[in-house]
Amino acid sequence: MELICPAGTPASLRTAVDAGADAIYCGFRNETNARNFPGLNFSPEELTEGVQYAHFRGAKVLVAINTFPRAGALELWHKAVDDAVAAGADALILCDIGLMAYAAEHYPGTRLHVSVQAAAANPDAICFYVERFNAKRVVLPRVLSIPEIAAITRASACEVEVFVFGGLCVMAEGRCSLSSYATGLSPNMNGVCSPASHVSYENAGGTVVSRLGDFTINKFGSGEPAAYPTLCKGRFQTEVSTGYIFEDPVSLDAATLLPGLRDAGVTALKIEGRQRSRAYIENVVRSFREALSAMEQGRAVPAGMLLAMSEGQSNTLGAYRKTWR
Amino acid sequence: MKLTLGPVLYNWEPDAWRDFYFRIADEAPVDAVCVGEVVCSKRLPFFQDPVPEVVERLASAGKEVLLSSLALVTLGRERKQTASLAREADLLVEVNDITGLTHLDGRPHAIGPYVNVYNEATLSWLARNGARRVCLPPELPASSIEALAKCCPDVELEVWSFGRVPLAISARCYHARLHKLTKDNCQFVCGKDPDGLPTDTLDGQSFLAVNGVQTLSATYANLIENIADLADMGVVSCRLSPQAVDMVAVARIFRDVADGKLGPEEAQHALELVCDGTTFSNGFFKGACGAEYRTGAPAGPG
Amino acid sequence: MSLSLLQLKYKLDGCIYSSREDAIMTLSNTPATALPPLVSLALRPLPLYPFQLFLSAVLRRIVQQHPRMFERLGSYAGKRYGLAPSDLPFAFVLDTAPQAARLTVVRSLPLRLDARISGPLQILLGMVNGSYDGDALFFSRAIVVEGDMEAVLALRNAVDDAGVDVLQEGASLLGPPGRFCEALLREYFGGEQKKGLSSVSRRQGETSWN
Repeated sequence: MELICPAGTPASLRTAVDAGADAIYCGFRNETNARNFPGLNFSPEELTEGVQYAHFRGAKVLVAINTFPRAGALELWHKAVDDAVAAGADALILCDIGLMAYAAEHYPGTRLHVSVQAAAANPDAICFYVERFNAKRVVLPRVLSIPEIAAITRASACEVEVFVFGGLCVMAEGRCSLSSYATGLSPNMNGVCSPASHVSYENAGGTVVSRLGDFTINKFGSGEPAAYPTLCKGRFQTEVSTGYIFEDPVSLDAATLLPGLRDAGVTALKIEGRQRSRAYIENVVRSFREALSAMEQGRAVPAGMLLAMSEGQSNTLGAYRKTWR
Repeated sequence: MKLTLGPVLYNWEPDAWRDFYFRIADEAPVDAVCVGEVVCSKRLPFFQDPVPEVVERLASAGKEVLLSSLALVTLGRERKQTASLAREADLLVEVNDITGLTHLDGRPHAIGPYVNVYNEATLSWLARNGARRVCLPPELPASSIEALAKCCPDVELEVWSFGRVPLAISARCYHARLHKLTKDNCQFVCGKDPDGLPTDTLDGQSFLAVNGVQTLSATYANLIENIADLADMGVVSCRLSPQAVDMVAVARIFRDVADGKLGPEEAQHALELVCDGTTFSNGFFKGACGAEYRTGAPAGPG
Repeated sequence: MSLSLLQLKYKLDGCIYSSREDAIMTLSNTPATALPPLVSLALRPLPLYPFQLFLSAVLRRIVQQHPRMFERLGSYAGKRYGLAPSDLPFAFVLDTAPQAARLTVVRSLPLRLDARISGPLQILLGMVNGSYDGDALFFSRAIVVEGDMEAVLALRNAVDDAGVDVLQEGASLLGPPGRFCEALLREYFGGEQKKGLSSVSRRQGETSWN
């Protein structure tokens, strides 16, 4: 299985390559990618250099252009596709039908990967992208159990990539407007979720209140760890109960499921976190590289090493375990 | 301006569901009505029986009837349901997930609000692929709607104009989770909340509404004051999404405004009475936070 | 887009914040190694002017060596950041104006800043040279961040990409004595860092979510 690693900056890209990534995914420094955060991402020149660095060391670079182009502003997204191809990208990760049509028409020789943002969650939807746009790989949304993934790989004429570590959307990706409902800015249109520009914390008598736009997302008593106000991981109240209605503040760690994913026919494993630092990337990529080596050599995945990342309070196997639902 | 009644998104009692559509057929001045389960495949069996009589009643009342497909398709049985709907229906199918397109094979169809149509390229592609009507994603600002209407005048564009805004869909059922049940053994607890389960902030501020695997806005979208703008842009239809309020009254108010028989201000007041205190929003249309209600001209792009 | 300075205070015992969707950080033993009090005390009466000259030279060198760092700041170039090592008797103002970046040493931070970051010197340096995951540390209990969150993120990301080794840049300006001081400091921080890093690396990554 290939290890697909995130890079928010050229330095992260080099770190990921050196730490053993088979491929790096990254995006341009604008709203064409779903991690459109301040100070992150690549200029076309940086991408070209990054591709050279990766190719020289046998790694691939996949370019995520995974927001939905704004009506009246298609040129920006077309330019991103043009620039990615010119930089030597090994694949484009796309979610918008119109943009896929553009890429398939203008660059039929460039591999097209269906982004998780396209929410292709079954063989029929995947078949649509394969037949219409010659997609070579699909990144599955994080809503599927391992048996469901196995069924998809059996029935699909393209490679399957799944997330194994990092941030976890509770909602079907690419189909969520919670962020823009509270802030006006959404992952689909602006490449941001619960953006920092709309976050505030207030300290009221020992209680910290985290807010997003006009809405309180959580409150923390003293001594309680406080989380960033990502909307779907906030605490809310209903007449039934009060708490983490949608999801606890957890992140995905599917390291222990690697053998199951391999047996399910998965081609590539994706680590989330283009917004994270070099130190995170170094650590997580190296650990997964070692875990994969161990698995390939028939050794048990070294528990201690994986524990290094999963110890603590806030990991989940997510939808890979059916009871999550 | 046409009016289209969207599918009922909540888990209503089958009898109440049937009676609702009968009354719509008999009394509501809407041009088209969508029927079908969009949110949860587990609910489908309850509506299999009354669907034919509802469709017939609506059709004989002169309404165009569309059959809506599921918004999130993961399970085998959901794929089969979607495939048979797309292949066998003799009515126009409203596709709410790309899955449906695979089976339609270019035959005329409608695209529902759960398919991401954000720009001209995608809309044109879908139109070439057989889309006749497209209900745009509720997140779209006026500037996008206008650009889309200009680029494909042959496609009937529809805009989410009344009712809670569908904001997210998940594999996880929040109703089941709240009631400490598994999704497979959910006991259909979502049926307890025919207008969605109000989900408030810890300050008690109204925020969202849970409907099984779907998350909606607490506010009702309401573009009654913007109908003239929509018409000017070339939007063909307003979508009214059923809530547990007098939807016939809602449809009449929209009809009267669209026909110029009622001023937007009076209409707004009338809707407030019908909706009994539920807050309205039009922020998405205005290019602002979705939860807001703004009067005046919409903001520019971006 | 910017938040008011006072809007973001991260100073509660036991509460750790991240500015980003990916981070709840619960580092129970943040590797904060303060300089020994005697060192801080000894530094207190030092005149700032010679130090200022030195700092300006260091920054010039950094700007020369890492021209893209300021480019990466994008629209945030021009923001003014206050950097306050909690174990030093003085603080720094980093003005990121394009072509005219300045690093100024001050006895106390001025009021008009876009953002302030304070914490033990070791952590601030570790973040700059990439030893620590910013999300695990930047907003850890040892660190107080106030002000425009987006500007802070931009700086963090730009610095993380540049991989500036401040100690090395400074030392190389001073010749052999500088390298001797660098070695001493590294020895001191290094030992402490190992203790600290193990706790960070054990925990970082686990706590990110979308």
